[in-house]
Amino acid sequence: MGASQFFWGRTTVAVLRFMLLGLLVVAPLSQASDNPTFDQGVELLKARSFNTKTDGVDKIAASGHPAAAQVLVYLLKSDLYFRESDQRLVYGQRDGRNYHISDALTSEDLGTVNKRELDKIKTNNRLRAHIRSTIATLNLTSPDAAVRLAGVSQLLDKPDPDAVDIVRRQLDQESDKTVAEAMRTVLALEDIKSEDKNTALGAIEQLSGSLLPAARNGLQRIADNSTDKDRKRAAAKALSAIQTKLQMNELAETLFFGLSLGSVLVLAAIGLAITFGVMGVINMAHGELIMLGAYTTYIVQLLMPNHIDLSLFVAIPAAFVVSGLVGIGIERGVIRFLYGRPLETLLATFGISLILQQLVRTGISAQNVAVENPSWMSGSLEINAVLSLTYNRLYIIVFALIVFAALLVILKKTALGLQVRAVSQNRPMARAMGVRSAWVDAMTFGLGSGIAGVAGVALSQLTNVGPNLGQAYIIDSFMVVVFGGVGNLWGTLVAGMSLGVVNKFLEPWAGAVLAKILVLVFIILFIQKRPRGLFPQKGRAAEG
Amino acid sequence: MNLTKLLTNDRGGQIFLAILALVAVLVPILNLVVPAGSALHMPTYTVTLLGKYLTYALLAVAVDLVWGYLGILSLGHGAFFALGGYAMGMYLMRQIGDRGVYGNPELPDFMVFLNWKELPWFWHGFDQFWFTALMILLVPGVLAFVFGWLAFRSRVTGVYLSIITQALTYALMLAFFRNEMGFGGNNGLTDFKDILGFDIQSDATRIGLFLASAIALALGYLVCRAIVTSRLGRVAVAVRDAEDRTRFIGYRVEHVKLAVFTVSAMLAGVAGALYVPQVGIINPGEFNPLNSIEIVIWVAIGGRNTLYGAVIGAILVNYGKTYFTGVFPEAWLFALGGLFVLVTLFLPQGIAGLLRKRRKATQTAPPAAAQEGAA
Repeated sequence: MGASQFFWGRTTVAVLRFMLLGLLVVAPLSQASDNPTFDQGVELLKARSFNTKTDGVDKIAASGHPAAAQVLVYLLKSDLYFRESDQRLVYGQRDGRNYHISDALTSEDLGTVNKRELDKIKTNNRLRAHIRSTIATLNLTSPDAAVRLAGVSQLLDKPDPDAVDIVRRQLDQESDKTVAEAMRTVLALEDIKSEDKNTALGAIEQLSGSLLPAARNGLQRIADNSTDKDRKRAAAKALSAIQTKLQMNELAETLFFGLSLGSVLVLAAIGLAITFGVMGVINMAHGELIMLGAYTTYIVQLLMPNHIDLSLFVAIPAAFVVSGLVGIGIERGVIRFLYGRPLETLLATFGISLILQQLVRTGISAQNVAVENPSWMSGSLEINAVLSLTYNRLYIIVFALIVFAALLVILKKTALGLQVRAVSQNRPMARAMGVRSAWVDAMTFGLGSGIAGVAGVALSQLTNVGPNLGQAYIIDSFMVVVFGGVGNLWGTLVAGMSLGVVNKFLEPWAGAVLAKILVLVFIILFIQKRPRGLFPQKGRAAEG
Repeated sequence: MNLTKLLTNDRGGQIFLAILALVAVLVPILNLVVPAGSALHMPTYTVTLLGKYLTYALLAVAVDLVWGYLGILSLGHGAFFALGGYAMGMYLMRQIGDRGVYGNPELPDFMVFLNWKELPWFWHGFDQFWFTALMILLVPGVLAFVFGWLAFRSRVTGVYLSIITQALTYALMLAFFRNEMGFGGNNGLTDFKDILGFDIQSDATRIGLFLASAIALALGYLVCRAIVTSRLGRVAVAVRDAEDRTRFIGYRVEHVKLAVFTVSAMLAGVAGALYVPQVGIINPGEFNPLNSIEIVIWVAIGGRNTLYGAVIGAILVNYGKTYFTGVFPEAWLFALGGLFVLVTLFLPQGIAGLLRKRRKATQTAPPAAAQEGAA
């Protein structure tokens, strides 16, 4: 399957390349666009009279040509030229004595030419002011909400009285909530400077909930410089309201970071919770099973280099199978001879972890390998101006919860889960009832190991993938399981999440390393108080 | 308590001490008296290597005391070793005086580098050797005492205890990596010049350190032997094999554990203190949980619950490490990992167990350290 996909991917790319090539060949011929209004506008720019040029600008703006705004921006910066040879409209940048030019419409590179081969389109102050407001209008009336937002945001940073009037006119027609909000802020920022006291106070009121930095700066200016007491007081009040809101957002962000760190911990620990909690087996090689999962992702991506976006969906089951099989191998080969001797199990599995690490080092590389992030993992979800949640962290949280739920269902609703619980509670009795305990042990261990592999896929998206990946997580994972209470999946979830959140809340004032130390010390002390964790297993099974 | 009493019924110990005495006499002769050209001459490098092995052996004996006789698998003994080492390192740093790169008579180089103006309070006193010697015993001892008091009182046992000892050394490693801690951060303490007024690089000092290590190992062995043959040692074994029953009989299990654990930590501290001047550096890497687990494997390979087995294991494994990392660096982790698995599966009594099986007739071997609560 891997091979056929590989082949298919290759062909697609070849086709795409061919099409692209075609586009490049066609492009230079198409400067005379199929937009007559635009072409007329460009023609008018050749005139000497600035009034005619103004008409040309208006025509270009009205044409609706996709490159209209770009051409106007070049014109505003006085970087727009006609090439003498073919009257082509080009964008030129000074490069020593010569000019480096590119097509103004398609941005196609046209090389370097001498100054004499170019005709500059001259502008004067009035024309520039006109262009500026034309660009603003063009942006603000664009059908694309993102362009409108960018246009408004530009006004927030560089207020322009002409453009503000356009905003005032456009506000009623604005359908997008974010853009409308930004527009209102722009207007309010203009209005707080108003002579009329009521207008100014109203504007201050309007700004008091805004999280945009420009709003804060505007209010700060009023609070610092205004001679009017009322305005000053209102601005100060608005600022403190903004401050509170900022703090809330900061809190939400820390919580989000904490939950995403917690999810990583839960993912890393939950497989351990099964092998350690349910079976009472200390698996020091758990971290290496996570590492194998991460390397499986790497190998899957190597096998399907053209489908990185899909690679994770292949890697997750693959990692489950790889780590699961290695886990079953460890259980059958070593651990089953050591049941009832937890300390020996610990040592033997530690030996296995060393061997696995070295296998990866000699087999693949001692260096970290590059695992790519699919495009849908990058970017972020913007809640408001100061709070944005990155998708990769968001997906990790969701993924951890899905894995947790799946595991819960397996343990509570399936025959295997029933047998696992039976064996973990009372092995001889379960055997007497006909449960093949050896088979159940192998399956449980395979399940826990497989989950570790899946965790590895998730970790490969967050951290460096190297032979030491597992070691970094093993102690944390143990802490989570021990803190949550052995043999209790819910305990693992609560413990992982709360440790993650506590860690992130400590970080700002203690620093990352000290926060981690404090959390470790806290757990060490906590274990003294409640040796069986947050949610101890009840009943006779817990006595052993 | 006299020597003969300690060593009756301890053939292995007698042989070990005899060999140790022989080595302690031979090595200085081979190094100092035999001329450098002779085939029998022992280079100083080898002397230092042997000295290092001896400190590892002392550390292994300390671990065997708690694991073999008390049933506590400590995955954090490296922490006590490193703390002893840091105490010695601080003394050696203070001995550098104004010969450092920055020439500051009071502050070690890294403090000058960090722009510190005066010595932190916990560095005071380390210019005196007696104070340092006290701290080498006290710091690991107090840490073990407090940690043990908290852990044993609330009856944290078995794997839980192992894991929190591991967390302890991990937390210390993270802490010592911080520059703000005042222990040289990542780089640790190094560039030592002299110890007790003797040049630390000279052959004579190296021999002196080697002899000190040998004597410390012999004394440490005897201290452990004294403990395990005493009443305390017998109760400790009872705790190992059946903690609840020992408690029901009326022994204060916590006190027994605490006493043995603390002594063991102090021995580890001494080992660390002797280790540092011989290798010439101490850094936070010594706190790495991996190191602590490695110590356990020395003991497991040598054979726990014999004391001299720990010595055999420490020296063999470390010799193997030196050899492998020199000849096939790739293979070392395979070898170590394989040892872990093979020894736990096929050689639960270690090498000492093999030796003992050969002369079974002399006495009945003590049972394998059954882990309580394992069922």
